[in-house]
Amino acid sequence: MITRLLPFLIFLLLGALLAIGLTIADRKTDLPSPLIGKPMPEFSLPVLGQPAVEVTRAELVGQPFLLNVWASWCVTCRVEHPVIDALAKSGQLPVIGLNYRDEAGDALAWLEHFGNPYALNLADVSGRTAIDFGVYAAPESFLVDAKGQIVFKHIGALTPEIIDQEILPRLAAEAQP
Amino acid sequence: MNTSPKRKARALLLCATAFMFLCFELAAADPLVFSDTGLEARYQKLTEELRCLVCQNQNLADSDAPLAQDLRLEIFEMLEAGRSDEEIKTFLVDRYGDFVLYRPAFGGNTLLLWLLPSLLFLLGLMVVIVSVRRRSKLPADAPDDFSN
Repeated sequence: MITRLLPFLIFLLLGALLAIGLTIADRKTDLPSPLIGKPMPEFSLPVLGQPAVEVTRAELVGQPFLLNVWASWCVTCRVEHPVIDALAKSGQLPVIGLNYRDEAGDALAWLEHFGNPYALNLADVSGRTAIDFGVYAAPESFLVDAKGQIVFKHIGALTPEIIDQEILPRLAAEAQP
Repeated sequence: MNTSPKRKARALLLCATAFMFLCFELAAADPLVFSDTGLEARYQKLTEELRCLVCQNQNLADSDAPLAQDLRLEIFEMLEAGRSDEEIKTFLVDRYGDFVLYRPAFGGNTLLLWLLPSLLFLLGLMVVIVSVRRRSKLPADAPDDFSN
């Protein structure tokens, strides 16, 4: 009896495996970053539009912020822009932009057109600093705590749900020692 | 005259083929100039077994994604700076995780990944051996039914 049913059971098992595979196939945003819980990497980048002004990692450490990787060529960043804007305006968490592989002129025109929610914008023209952050593509966001540790990373456009459920609770937990 | 449909089609095919080869030629143009051929061979091998994170099912050598270009350049520069293959892989794993390796290291959370195929093979082998033994114990004229 069991031997007769065995092929069918194996078939069911394979079917279940395929179903799991199909449902999680598009969840590539769930890839874990090895940088979570580690200090934010060292960098020294010019401010967007002010090539002579360099900002280093040490200058940013001291208060929590959201590092948002964006570019004027990135279509999803336009979709994400109102969400970033609302977060910045709420005053709960400053947003620092990492302008990724972009032309300064295009980036500034983009900010002019859509509005500038960023407390500061760093220009990573070569994409070198982005590699140190393990960036796949824009948009990506990193929550950095007051000690300069990366607490959370999100790949793809931020949504109000992610901000409310993932980012702000971590920020609150961070505030209580 | 010469303008039979067959001729036209042949000329078109020829043009298309020529264009295709031109495209291959352009795609293959790599601006990286290595200081020696050993480095170039290591570069080819490394970029073939490292994953392009953006496209995920392509390796770094085949991908045209901007990140893949950046990472190829990074690997080129690390090779020229005399870094070992292991150091280069560690550099990428530290930033992008084990996922970047098409051949992940043996051990830790990849143990199941590496051992599962062999375990499944052994399991299959055992099933075959058991069923063959059971069948050979049956009398030769028994009906071919081993479901008990």
